[in-house]
Amino acid sequence: MNQPALPSREILVDIYRRMTLIKQNDERFLAVIKAGQIVAPYYSPRGQEAIPSALSVSLTDQDYICTIYRGFHDMLAKGVPVRMLWAEVAGRTTGTCKGKGGPMHITHPQSGVMVTTGIVGSSMPIANGLALAAQIRGEKRVAVAYFGDGASNIGAFHESLNMAAVWKLPVVFVCQNNGYGEHTRYEIATSAARISDRAAGYQIPGITVDGNDPLAMYHVARQAIERARSGEGPTLIEAKTFRFQGHVFGDADSYMLKGEKEAAMARDPVPAYRKWLIEQGHATEASLAKLEEAINAEISAAVEFALSSPVPDISELRRDVFAQEVLS
Amino acid sequence: MNAAQAQTSKPLNTIQAVNLALDEAMRTDPNVILLGEDIADEQAGGIVGVTKGLSQKYGTSRVRSTPISEQAIIGAAIGAAIVGMRPVAEIMLMNFTAVAMDMIVNHAAKLRFMSGGQTHVPITIRTMTGAGFGTGGQHADYLEAWFAHTPGIKVVAPSSPADAYGLMLACIFDDDPCLFIENMPTYWNPGPAPQPGVRIPLGRANVLRPGTDVTVVSYSRTVADCVAVAEKLSKEGVSAEVLDLRTISPLDMDTVLQSVAKTRRAVIVHEAVKAFGVGAEIAANINEHLFGQLKAPVGRVGAYFSPVPFAKVLETEFVPTPARIEAALRATLK
Repeated sequence: MNQPALPSREILVDIYRRMTLIKQNDERFLAVIKAGQIVAPYYSPRGQEAIPSALSVSLTDQDYICTIYRGFHDMLAKGVPVRMLWAEVAGRTTGTCKGKGGPMHITHPQSGVMVTTGIVGSSMPIANGLALAAQIRGEKRVAVAYFGDGASNIGAFHESLNMAAVWKLPVVFVCQNNGYGEHTRYEIATSAARISDRAAGYQIPGITVDGNDPLAMYHVARQAIERARSGEGPTLIEAKTFRFQGHVFGDADSYMLKGEKEAAMARDPVPAYRKWLIEQGHATEASLAKLEEAINAEISAAVEFALSSPVPDISELRRDVFAQEVLS
Repeated sequence: MNAAQAQTSKPLNTIQAVNLALDEAMRTDPNVILLGEDIADEQAGGIVGVTKGLSQKYGTSRVRSTPISEQAIIGAAIGAAIVGMRPVAEIMLMNFTAVAMDMIVNHAAKLRFMSGGQTHVPITIRTMTGAGFGTGGQHADYLEAWFAHTPGIKVVAPSSPADAYGLMLACIFDDDPCLFIENMPTYWNPGPAPQPGVRIPLGRANVLRPGTDVTVVSYSRTVADCVAVAEKLSKEGVSAEVLDLRTISPLDMDTVLQSVAKTRRAVIVHEAVKAFGVGAEIAANINEHLFGQLKAPVGRVGAYFSPVPFAKVLETEFVPTPARIEAALRATLK
């Protein structure tokens, strides 16, 4: 973690705050699911916290993201209110989408979370459109498309990179390579040694970075965002990481290499970054403990808010299908 | 009177009508942009020239020829629409929508609902199709039933140049995604001019020819054949009412039921294959509401359950011919 030109202490701690929010949120979510208080499909992002946390500190609310079903970390890092996230996952009217979208379709335009898709590979074409609007209007907004390593084998990935390159769209493609596409190990499904190598086919920058190293991720993301913002076009970032909870909650991980997950968990990016912050004098044990406690309280309040919120009225089945209600 | 108005005062064809509508929309709203393969003037303004002159007039930032990448085209339109633009994306041929189905069905149609109404996708997807040019099984299908079966997307199919103009304007300025189906073989047929700037409301059928003995429901190319058959039968004293749906989804069942309650006979005609088609949905609705009042079973005329064939003799017989429409009406009138 010895990068040149360290970001400010505020930014360093802000990255940790976002990572901690994601980690604690995940831990609480697993506990609540296990207790049967909420029933919902859950694709845990645990282990991938550093990627969107280190990236999002270089974005504003005016910038857009499109993310995927494994995207709670991306949403929280971008600023989706925790209580609205929980209420949505609990299927309540107070959720981001009034309980009509669920965990795979969280949307919160105020924080720039424009689309969450449950379809592998579909965040990229839409991120291009967000970027296109910004380009045509002469706005300085940037769109970020998050996706996994499996999505780089889908046609939409290639169509999107090509179009973004041809039009120099202000978009950053962020592949979170966690080593597995569903149950299939990277090498079995993907011909390229590195996903970033695929950028060469579209003559755009492609960078592989340790996505679990917040500083490395911060610098790579910042450069790509600045490039997009200044009109130079898209970048493909491959952020290497690992998921701690398998593909979906309840997944037994039988397809993983022996010891692989244990080794990755031993290198958990959140405590590692915490240790570094304190050792380097960027934060104190007491200040981080206080921050963690505040996040814990925020999540507790969010869970309570979600579980005490009303469920949608049946009439919602007819609303938001079209602009005007259509009876059928 | 400006140039566009002068042009609309004389008969025009559907290519010119859609071009005028796009021109009008782009002139009045800077959020209207066009995306599609070959649509800019450097690429000849589209393969039949529907978008001719528009990139010269509005620039290639707003009128963009795209790579041959249907998913990326619709994705770009969706993203831009979410943040307030009104993109018109051309998918050259209706069969090519199959390549972009994920973007159209899983995203454009559903984002309003899945986001709880926070986002919506006011895109118009222009596409052309229709048998008659010997293009075989992958260039001429009518696939509207796929989309009409999907909640959240409107499906529009004009039957004349003037309707194409008014419905296109309505689609562009509608706040929901619209699929706009243009019939290719009749593109060059002239028709009366539309009223400049006037939108035709979506979701409302047009009583094209009033009648009392039988209701004929159709849309797109086959409307003209239905009117011709109705005229022919009128010489025998049969009064056929012809309804042009204009919009397939949302379906204007009120107008259909009002007509059939009066005539007590109905035939539905479309170029798409009959099986599992729009006609089945309409027939089922008529039966649900007017069972016992009908004088004959609801008739349906559609294409054979086959891919669009190549050989001229097969292609001609594949689509609903005037003879088959006439036979269906006569069977209902027995």
